[in-house]
Amino acid sequence: MSLEKIGDPRDLTHWMGHMETDYSYTYGIAGEKFFKELKENAKIMGTRCKNCNLIYVPPRLFCERCFEKLDTWETVSKRGSVHTYTIANIDIDGSKLKKPIIWAMIKIDNVHGGFVHKLGEVDSKDVEIGMHVEAVFKSRKEREGSMLDIKYFRPAKQKLEKALR
Amino acid sequence: MFAKRRVAVVGAGLTLFRRNLKETGRELAFEASKMALDSAGLTRKDIDCVTLGTAPDAFDGIHMKGENLSDGAGAYRKPYTRVFVGGGTGVFAPNAGWWHVASGLFDTCLVVAEEKMSSCFPHPQYAFTTIFDPIMSRPIGMNLVWIFAIEMHRYMHVHGIKKEQIALVSVKNKGNAMDHPCAQLPAKITVEDVLNSETLVHPVQRLDISPTSDGAAALVLASEKVAKEITDDPVWIDGVGWGIDSTYWTNRDLYYPKYVECAARMAYKMAGIKNPPKEIDVAEPYDPFDYKELHHMEGLLLCKKGEAPKLTEEGVTQRDGDLPINPSGGLLGVGNPIAAAGLMKVCEIFWQLRGEAGKRQVPGDPRTGVAQAWGDLMQYGSVIVLRS
Amino acid sequence: MSAKIKKYAGERIKTADLRAGKVPVVRWRPKVRYAWSTGIAMSRFLKELKNGKIIARKCHKCNRIVVPPRMYCEMCFRPTDEWVYVKDSGIINTYSISYLAADATRTDKPTVVAVIEIDGASKGIGIVHIIGEAKPKDVTFGMKVKAVWKPPKERTGAITDIKYFKPVEV
Repeated sequence: MSLEKIGDPRDLTHWMGHMETDYSYTYGIAGEKFFKELKENAKIMGTRCKNCNLIYVPPRLFCERCFEKLDTWETVSKRGSVHTYTIANIDIDGSKLKKPIIWAMIKIDNVHGGFVHKLGEVDSKDVEIGMHVEAVFKSRKEREGSMLDIKYFRPAKQKLEKALR
Repeated sequence: MFAKRRVAVVGAGLTLFRRNLKETGRELAFEASKMALDSAGLTRKDIDCVTLGTAPDAFDGIHMKGENLSDGAGAYRKPYTRVFVGGGTGVFAPNAGWWHVASGLFDTCLVVAEEKMSSCFPHPQYAFTTIFDPIMSRPIGMNLVWIFAIEMHRYMHVHGIKKEQIALVSVKNKGNAMDHPCAQLPAKITVEDVLNSETLVHPVQRLDISPTSDGAAALVLASEKVAKEITDDPVWIDGVGWGIDSTYWTNRDLYYPKYVECAARMAYKMAGIKNPPKEIDVAEPYDPFDYKELHHMEGLLLCKKGEAPKLTEEGVTQRDGDLPINPSGGLLGVGNPIAAAGLMKVCEIFWQLRGEAGKRQVPGDPRTGVAQAWGDLMQYGSVIVLRS
Repeated sequence: MSAKIKKYAGERIKTADLRAGKVPVVRWRPKVRYAWSTGIAMSRFLKELKNGKIIARKCHKCNRIVVPPRMYCEMCFRPTDEWVYVKDSGIINTYSISYLAADATRTDKPTVVAVIEIDGASKGIGIVHIIGEAKPKDVTFGMKVKAVWKPPKERTGAITDIKYFKPVEV
């Protein structure tokens, strides 16, 4: 019965199918404001929780800790530090990338949170954990209210100059 | 099957139900959760564990939706479980919350249900095609309304029920929803309006169906000891039940929801209910389609098989009738964000038993109420019995 | 609740505004494909369809003959025992008339879809399929129907090897 042996999987009939669904996600209350500022003013915004003394980036409508609603908005730094990173040699479908991509988790300065984004203008062998980086924005015309409005993060210039001095 | 500890509902919360809401799913979950906590006079700190109910990931379009919604459900660094039994999820989630507390493992549990169906386009119904068996059903073009139309037709055929009788349910529920502040489709309509509405899949017409919706609902559960400390007005969960019928739905007789009867018998036994129509004062059976309210009344043993249409005609199921059914306005009137709609029903029974249902309050100081949902492939029943 | 709560959360957006691109959204289309193995019972069932036959399984404990076939009896919870050919005819247990496509758009022509209790299988055991060569208004409960097969060359081993079931002239 159900323990019948099938040696060659091609002996089994297969049925092909797919899920034909499209999605359109709203950004939500907090997300809409965040992306509007990103697009129009190249600003990174966060929401402050006064109880927990935290600024959430990306901003949230509520504090996940004390569960209070958050409506204090603050412009935060465009700079942060590399919390951890990886160098991707293959693409999402498993194909080899022509040029490796450095993906980093970047903690924005003085806030709780940050982003996973690409690192640019830097050679992969020069990347270090703790490295100070800054966001490089697309031009106003190119920005469309997406995380890709930030092209990538690159080593922070000011910090580098300081180090060279 | 006896619970170690009694469990009470001590707070409830709800968002608006609408076709499209701007909030993300987790923002909706937060709003409902926060309202439930506030109404119980508790904060997130007081919550020991969280149970989340939400329907197929394909609606919101986020795989592992449980993870995605967790912070909005107040679950940050707490014991957290997502439960899922299709459309039955909204009533099953508080059942799962109940055993978390009844077992003695936790003293409080936040139960949250959320759905954001508007993410899926051109229509969320399309995502439903993927619930069907890919070999037998999908190739012939199966869609969701087909199977309900088939079930409805069988129910009408076996008992000789007329469409006019079924339409009364839609008229009643959309009318009841006029008094619900969160309702998506409240309306004063007539039987003629239903009968004249577009035929989608005969015998199902447009006004027989609940809408697709975004929304969230939440409940706070507490052990007897905690409940008595924080409120003079606890509503007890005295019975829970759930069960599933054969997955071969074309091998069953669809005229009767045996799965609901199984779940109801389990819940009634626990609650010591021997004569459901006499002992139950108010009920919220699952009504995504108008015939389902009748079908489920019978499965809940609130009347004999085939008798629900007659009770409806006689006005027994009106808000001021002997057995008020769906005083909230149900899914037909308030809306149908799947899991949140089921939990909305439990919220409604909670408010009815506390005498806090405002304009929707059923008269006569109701003491015992039942809510029920229906899910998976027309085969899953979940039931909860509340008492004040 | 109603008495105490003044405003319920939720910011409504109009569907038309959403469709017209007036509300910022992120769009996504999942690129996933599936190949489902049809398994032991259904592989045989589909192979038989290609031959123009419907095959079922019999459980010797409850004596049910079930279709679609399964290798275990879900009631007795034991393996089913034998393959049994059933007829390609049956009676309509229930049906509906659809004007609705899967994506909720409307169709021009109605489709009659029915649960058909298969002759030779146990009572109440049916499959779901389309009814053809009949006006929707002439379809009735208990009506005798018979499978209309695709020509052998066009069959692929699919449930659609049966084009539809048509009323049997009595």
